[in-house]
Amino acid sequence: MSTRELQLEVLRYDPEQDSEPHFQSYTVPCREDWAILDALNYVKENLDTTLSYRWSCHMMVCGSCGMMVNGEPSLTCKTFVRDLPDRVRIEPLAHFPIERDLVVVLDDVMEKLQRAQPWIIRHDDPPPADQEHIQSRAALYKFKQYTMCVNCMCCYAACPQYGLDPSFIGPAALALAHRYNRDSRDQGKADRLDILADYHGVWDCSFVGACSEVCPKSVDPAAAIQQMKVDGAIEWWKQKLPGGKR
Amino acid sequence: MSRQPFVRPLPKASWYFGNARYRRYMLREVTCLLVGFYCFLMLWALAALAGGSAERWDAFLASQQNTAMLVVHAAALVYYLVYMTFDWFKLAPKAMPFQLGEKKLPDRIIVIAHYAAWAIVTLSIFWLAGVL
Repeated sequence: MSTRELQLEVLRYDPEQDSEPHFQSYTVPCREDWAILDALNYVKENLDTTLSYRWSCHMMVCGSCGMMVNGEPSLTCKTFVRDLPDRVRIEPLAHFPIERDLVVVLDDVMEKLQRAQPWIIRHDDPPPADQEHIQSRAALYKFKQYTMCVNCMCCYAACPQYGLDPSFIGPAALALAHRYNRDSRDQGKADRLDILADYHGVWDCSFVGACSEVCPKSVDPAAAIQQMKVDGAIEWWKQKLPGGKR
Repeated sequence: MSRQPFVRPLPKASWYFGNARYRRYMLREVTCLLVGFYCFLMLWALAALAGGSAERWDAFLASQQNTAMLVVHAAALVYYLVYMTFDWFKLAPKAMPFQLGEKKLPDRIIVIAHYAAWAIVTLSIFWLAGVL
């Protein structure tokens, strides 16, 4: 297998030493079948043990290794050396505070994901213990794509709305709320209304669409948000109609 | 060890310059200025009509028939037809997906349906206006 020398420019930040982040260059002999995560592991194992970054599964499942690769929010385990030029700039995910080197602070989105109440809410009595919530395949396909999210947060790094105003609840949390709203077993749509109708909910999204373009799992959060806007508008009109529900 | 997260805020005025995706978005959003312009134009036309005098209406029509205004109208038409319509219709399947049983209707069918509806509405307006 042929190798190619890649010039990695990595943004470094040590909160105990640095007043602000700076770039550090590493020359890495890469195999063409490597992902950028392999190149970072090479640096960590052979050139600089102090480099900090998150990763776990190396197979697009854990969602830990999201970073900016040449300015594009990417899962580094899915971004291959063969598709990149000889000089690659690696930064932590945009729009998040930098904890250290390529590690960002995710506390804000973790709280937002909770606000989406991402679990099946039932108001009816639960079915008897020997029964299940039966769901047809057609009902499953109404939300299946939104279950593919791995919480890599590339969508937040792509969203200028979140970058400009972090109070926006953001793409992944809204897609997650939509996933449960669309689930035929769920009865919690009204409970998630805050996330939908809040000023910082769906109406803060101006449909840049960048979240869906960068999503490594083709979840399409922009679609979820636009569909929630349509749902929200229909609910609003229902309330305004004479005899409509209040 | 103390935590001192470093925040890199987006520049409020120039955030979209460095990213092609954001620039395309701003090109779409800047059409709001043209919408504002045509709202103003409609108010102006209504005011001319409401005056009840033929001179005021003729003056309004004359004000639209100089070269500069024709260029503005032509540019606006092309911008809306070529860029806005294309961009919004391309995005329409996201907001209006259609599932038939277990099958999702392909996006291009929804886009084509939008173009068809648009053609029908346009032809109807031409017909009502007596152009056709």
